[in-house]
Amino acid sequence: MNKLRKHLELNVQLILEKRPQSSGLMNLFSPLLAIVLTVVVGGLIFAAMGKPPLTALYLYFIDPLTSWWSVEEVLVKAGPLVLIGVGLAVCFKANVWNIGAEGQLTVGALMGAIIPILWGEWQSPLALLAMLCLGALGGALFALIPAWLKTHFGVNEILTSLMLVYIAQLLLDWFVRGPWKDPNGYNFPKSVSFEGWHLLPMWGDGRMHFGLIVSLVAALVLFWIMRHTLKGFEINVVGSAPRAGTFAGFSQTKMVWFCFALSGGLAGLAGLIEVAGPIGQLQPQISPNYGFTAIIVAFLGRLNPLGVIFAGILLAISYIGGEGIQIELGISSKITQMFQGMLLFFILMCDTLILYQLKWISTKPNQPTSGHAS
Amino acid sequence: MSPYEAILLTIITASTPLLLAAIGELVVERSGVLNLGIEGMMVMGAVCGFAAAHVTGSAWLGVIAATFAGIATSLLFGLLTQTLMTNQVATGLAITLLGLGLSGLIGSGFVGLPGVKLANVSIPWLSDLPYVGRLIFGQDPLVYVSIALTAGVAYTLNHTRMGLIIRAVGQNHASAHNLGYRVVAVRYACIAFGGATSGLAGAYLSLVYTPQWIENMTAGRGWIALALVVFSTWIPGRLAAGAYLFGGVWILGLYAQGMGVGIPSQLLSSLPYVATILALVIISTNRRLSLINTPASLGQGFVPDR
Amino acid sequence: MKKLLTTAASIALVSALSISAVAADKLKVGFIYIGPPGDFGWTYQHDQGRQAIDARLGDHAETVFVENVPEGPDAERTITRLARQGAGLIFTTSFGYMDPTLNVAAKFPDVKFEHATGYKRTDNVSTYGARFYEGRYVIGQIAAKMSKSGVAGYIGSFPIPEVVRGINAFLLGAQTVNPDFKLKVVWANSWFDPGREADAAKVLISQGADIITQHTDSTAAVQVAEAQGVYAFGQASDMAAFAPNALLTSIIDNWADYYVDRTQAVLDGSWVSTDTFGGMDTNMVQMGPFVNMPADVKAMAETTTAAITAGELHPFAGPVYKQDGSLAAAEGEVVDLGTLLGMDWYVKGVDDQL
Repeated sequence: MNKLRKHLELNVQLILEKRPQSSGLMNLFSPLLAIVLTVVVGGLIFAAMGKPPLTALYLYFIDPLTSWWSVEEVLVKAGPLVLIGVGLAVCFKANVWNIGAEGQLTVGALMGAIIPILWGEWQSPLALLAMLCLGALGGALFALIPAWLKTHFGVNEILTSLMLVYIAQLLLDWFVRGPWKDPNGYNFPKSVSFEGWHLLPMWGDGRMHFGLIVSLVAALVLFWIMRHTLKGFEINVVGSAPRAGTFAGFSQTKMVWFCFALSGGLAGLAGLIEVAGPIGQLQPQISPNYGFTAIIVAFLGRLNPLGVIFAGILLAISYIGGEGIQIELGISSKITQMFQGMLLFFILMCDTLILYQLKWISTKPNQPTSGHAS
Repeated sequence: MSPYEAILLTIITASTPLLLAAIGELVVERSGVLNLGIEGMMVMGAVCGFAAAHVTGSAWLGVIAATFAGIATSLLFGLLTQTLMTNQVATGLAITLLGLGLSGLIGSGFVGLPGVKLANVSIPWLSDLPYVGRLIFGQDPLVYVSIALTAGVAYTLNHTRMGLIIRAVGQNHASAHNLGYRVVAVRYACIAFGGATSGLAGAYLSLVYTPQWIENMTAGRGWIALALVVFSTWIPGRLAAGAYLFGGVWILGLYAQGMGVGIPSQLLSSLPYVATILALVIISTNRRLSLINTPASLGQGFVPDR
Repeated sequence: MKKLLTTAASIALVSALSISAVAADKLKVGFIYIGPPGDFGWTYQHDQGRQAIDARLGDHAETVFVENVPEGPDAERTITRLARQGAGLIFTTSFGYMDPTLNVAAKFPDVKFEHATGYKRTDNVSTYGARFYEGRYVIGQIAAKMSKSGVAGYIGSFPIPEVVRGINAFLLGAQTVNPDFKLKVVWANSWFDPGREADAAKVLISQGADIITQHTDSTAAVQVAEAQGVYAFGQASDMAAFAPNALLTSIIDNWADYYVDRTQAVLDGSWVSTDTFGGMDTNMVQMGPFVNMPADVKAMAETTTAAITAGELHPFAGPVYKQDGSLAAAEGEVVDLGTLLGMDWYVKGVDDQL
């Protein structure tokens, strides 16, 4: 049995003992525990700020779910987070670190916008389909740059994918201020407004749009792939034990390409859905950091596509609730970022409980550290 | 002051926070830990440094407060990754988010207040030498601190027992453990050192660069520092060169704009990032360069029985 | 039991009604901001305007605001939320809120909307902006008087018409004093990145500029000017505290009077959709105190300010030549409003290309 010693005390040691297999109960329990911890610490912070903690917590977490309007808004906000988050979840599961989804989202939106901006007359359902495809393609191609740099030159993908975010944003900036500027827009940095079949179908009087279905379908399909296909098995093996994966004949290089193409494609699709949905045109800023927030979503969802759906909704609530307490209690919008950081923090902490269990044991100091128990 | 002196001074000012943050991370990574939370530690240093300096009126107390804020934030990272064995990449991201959010809350009362600037060094006669006086003898104190730290880290890693232990822990933590070194304790110490220099880098922003507190004032510099560490192939001297090179590209882009060259400003703004990627490619392609110092255990949690 | 429940429900209903009745007595005025009110620039001044409503109309109106609202879907949601929560008048204070404001306005015909710096209006959406270029003209004149090198550095955010207009007005003003005055422009590609603004200021100074002015929102450039002993101007708010020796004056965005007037109009029921482009005449553009300059320069600045306020002087009065030498407005003409609003060319003498 594996043992891990932590020298917290001299005579009493807190031991993290590796469980023989990950605890199923803890698997369900740890996200809940993380949320509870976040709520408790959050309440303490509100109290320290001199705000009524219970009211603030109610406004933050419950109030967004009390009217149909805000539930719709939660879903609209969760859409892109889930779509990007499921791609990243698969990526991270395979130990591939795509941190640049924000840039892939931007390039996807740019590519997809080619049709409404350059072929504005082409109005047919096919045009919309082509936009969706181009969006995904743009994101995927842009994501393949760090994949290529990683597999051919061994460059760390965390850094390159991140640097490419800044480059993508400057590229978008150049397009909307330069060649793709709306000619009738008083030289403001906006493209023409998309019309007709260049916009996603919407329904209701709210803002629910077709993209939400795309997010849901993507999550379900990936869930199925991860559970029931060889590819899913391969991802799990390569991620948890790279050497075993190599012995099994799985190619690390192909895995990197697959993960980047998949997560980049979904991020690009999310970008296109944003500009062809709620925004309706290109502008210098098309995403309030969805690509980065989706990283939290992926982890909060325990890198499980179904979990990502719930995590996306929880994060969306945190945004909408954050606005609520700003209006009602005058609390700074920074609290939202704080809560998201705390949530990720506690979920990581609680995850330890899935693989390890805590035990207090008394020992003699300076016991030899070899633990090759049996 | 001649234009070339002015440009060099500007480049040094732009590079110093990068160097400060990166030199700490270099040590952290040499010990086998990847801390992506530099941005979060830096911004906590910036806000605490500004607040302490503003309240006490002493910039030096601000610098000290920033250092401790960086250490405190980094120990949170240590607690999770070293004691609770969490994923280092995700934990680093959490630290960044937490730092950006918390600093905004702490700093809300300090926005728009004039800050206390850390005074430049001034040595009679020497600082007034033509051409080199300001450059060599008249910078702000943290520039000298950053250079001293770089030299100190280089010496410690290569010529002392402590450096040997750090490198051993980073290369192969299992062997280091079997030799009787306390892997986790060494890593905690390195993480704390990384936090201290990141905090200093934050203080540089809010007490020297632009002496004021502004939300998100680190503006992505923590990530650049991370890239510089890889660029340096974990060698302190190369790290300093990389930091000044990056600062140089950054400033010369602005310089070209001021000269009125007809290049889109977006292209000039993206140059430092393109340059970083290219540099990473060049470094990584050269196996001899990149592998010799790469800590083999980088990013892996220490599990002694495997 | 059933009766009890009904009673409880009706009590709840009555109390809910009475709460909304109390709230209905006061007009709720909502604001959404692009940055934090503590930026000491653009958002700070809008927040000063909001506080003026509280101070002057506090008995009849109450204000709420949401800060750091990204342009896009989030803006639409936030504006909708304010409208749903009973705001009768909503100010949306950034250009990028234009389409979101119109979308929400279509769904809430009884709510009045005021969008800053945009150009799309409907029956319940007004637009407003300010002729900040009037202030730029004045500081251009001061700059040309105070500069020894004859070169000024201008830190721009993004090349949108508003900023280009400011650059042109500054140089036109400077050229009235020194026809050979030079202007160097550096784009920060950001409204708010203090480090980059400081770097830009240092670079411009090293290239010979001894006057720094900026169309970005932080106080960083002003601080650099103070440290390096050159002159600077404040942007959006009075930045004297950051550069007591370097600051010559500031161009101050004064939204307070406009905000109070429009709120009063809603209270009176006299609100109609309009387009306001206010300047020194309506006090929307104010000059800070003229300091750190000789008496004759101060007198000149005051004269120019008075002439613009009185409508006797227009910064873009002809002859105005474009950078390529072509004539934009002949002697006796003025560059027309449409051209000003969409300005995408430099006047002669700017050392930069768009």
